[in-house]
Amino acid sequence: MLRRFVLLLALMAAAGCAHLPAGHIGDPRDPWERYNRAVFEFNDTLDRAVVKPVAEAYRDYVPELAQRSLRNVFSNLRDVIITAHQLLQGKPQAAVTAGSRVLINSTIGALGLGDPASEMGLIKTNEDFGQTFGRWGIGPGPYFVLPLLGPSTVRDTIGTLADFNFDPIGSVFEQGAGRNIVYGLIAIDRRKDLLDAQDTIEALSFDRYSGVRDAWLARRRSLAHDGEPPPLKIKED
Amino acid sequence: MFPSIKRQLGRMVLVLMSACWAPSLLAQGAPDEFIRSISQSVLDDLKADRSLQTGDIERLNLLVERKVMPYVDFQRMTALAVGRNWRAASPEQQRLLMQEFRRLLLLTYSGAVRQVNDLTFQVRPVRTKPDDDEIVVRTQVLRLGREPIQIDYRMQKSSNSWKIFDLNIMGLWLVEHYRNQFAQIVGASGIDGLIQSLRDKNQTLAASAK
Repeated sequence: MLRRFVLLLALMAAAGCAHLPAGHIGDPRDPWERYNRAVFEFNDTLDRAVVKPVAEAYRDYVPELAQRSLRNVFSNLRDVIITAHQLLQGKPQAAVTAGSRVLINSTIGALGLGDPASEMGLIKTNEDFGQTFGRWGIGPGPYFVLPLLGPSTVRDTIGTLADFNFDPIGSVFEQGAGRNIVYGLIAIDRRKDLLDAQDTIEALSFDRYSGVRDAWLARRRSLAHDGEPPPLKIKED
Repeated sequence: MFPSIKRQLGRMVLVLMSACWAPSLLAQGAPDEFIRSISQSVLDDLKADRSLQTGDIERLNLLVERKVMPYVDFQRMTALAVGRNWRAASPEQQRLLMQEFRRLLLLTYSGAVRQVNDLTFQVRPVRTKPDDDEIVVRTQVLRLGREPIQIDYRMQKSSNSWKIFDLNIMGLWLVEHYRNQFAQIVGASGIDGLIQSLRDKNQTLAASAK
C-alpha cells in the first residue's frame, strides 16, 4: 500500500510541469507549486470521472436515514480519538466534552447511530494530529497536495499518517476487505458533503488551484487555533 | 478525495445571508447585539419566504438593496478586495467593480440558501472598550451531529455606528481571499480585465444556479 503510494508520488513529480496561469503571483507558502498543480489536476480529473459520480449516486439512492446513521457511527468513533487529542493539547475541559459525547452517543445514542449529545449542547469539535502538532508549536511547512487525498501541508501530511495509524475505525474493523469498504464509505460520505458547496467553490476561485489552496490553508490555520488565529492585518493601500 | 474544506466553504452562504438581510434596525450600540438581531431575523426571513430558499436572485438583490446595504461598508469592502489598484481605477471602473463584486457575493450564496433549515445561531459576547473602532464579532451556527460553522464579522465604527466590512467563514476572510484572486487577474489584464472576469464569472454562476 505504502509502496504504491510512493510510486504514485514519483509519477506525479515526473508529470509535475503544469503551466502557471497568466499574471501568476507566487506564494511563499507554496514553493512546490508546479508539482502541486500537477497533482491537483490529476485529483480533479479522477474526481470528475469516478469519485463525484459515486458520491452523487450515494446521495440520490441511499436512504437518508441510512446516510445519517452511518455518519453518526463514524463520527462517534472519531470522537474517541478527538478526546485523546484534546488531552494532548492540554484542554481538559474540551476532553471532558468530547468524552461525554462518546459515552452518551454510545449508550443513549444506540451505539452511535444517533447523536443525542449534540442536542444536549455537547458541541462536536474538529481535531486531528496536524492540529495537535500545530498546538505544540510546529508550523505547517510548505503546502503539499497529496494524490487522492488532496490539499495538505508537510506537517499535516505527517499528521494524516498518524491519523491513519491511530484511527479507531481501523482498530474496530479487521484489516481486509471489510475495513476497506468502511474507508470507502467514509470517503464517499465526505465527498457527498462537498456536492452542495460546488457553486460556492466556483465563486471563490477565479484560479481554481490557488482558490482552493488559500481557502484550505486559512481553514487549517483557523482550526489549529480553535477558530481564533492571531489576526493577519489587511493592508489598506 | 477532496478535503472537507470545500464542504465548509459552502456554508459561507450563511455569513452573507446574515450580512444581507439586516432588518431595519440601527447599527448602533453593542456590535454583538447588532449581529445577533441580524442573524435571528435572517433565520426568520428564510423560514418565512420560500422564494428566497429557491434562490430567486432578483428578489435577493432587492432585499439587499433595501435592507442590507445601510449596514455594510460595501465601497470599503470592494476597495480592500481590489487592493492597491483601486485608486488607479476611474470612478466609472470603481462603479462597475462594486456592481459586479456585489453580484458575485449574491450569487455565491444564492445557490446554498436552501440548506438553512434546522440551524441555530450563537453569538459570542464581545467586550468593547469605548475607544475601539474596529472589532471582530464571532458567531457559530450549530448543526445537529456535526461541528458548528464558524462565522465572524469584521466591523468598523464610523460616526457612531458599526458597519460590516469583512466576513470570515470557517477561517477564510472573504475580502482577503478575493484580494489575492483579483491581484492575479489585474496583473495579467488590468482593471478592465478584472471587470470582465467578474462579469464572466457572474454569468457562469447565474447559469448554473438555474
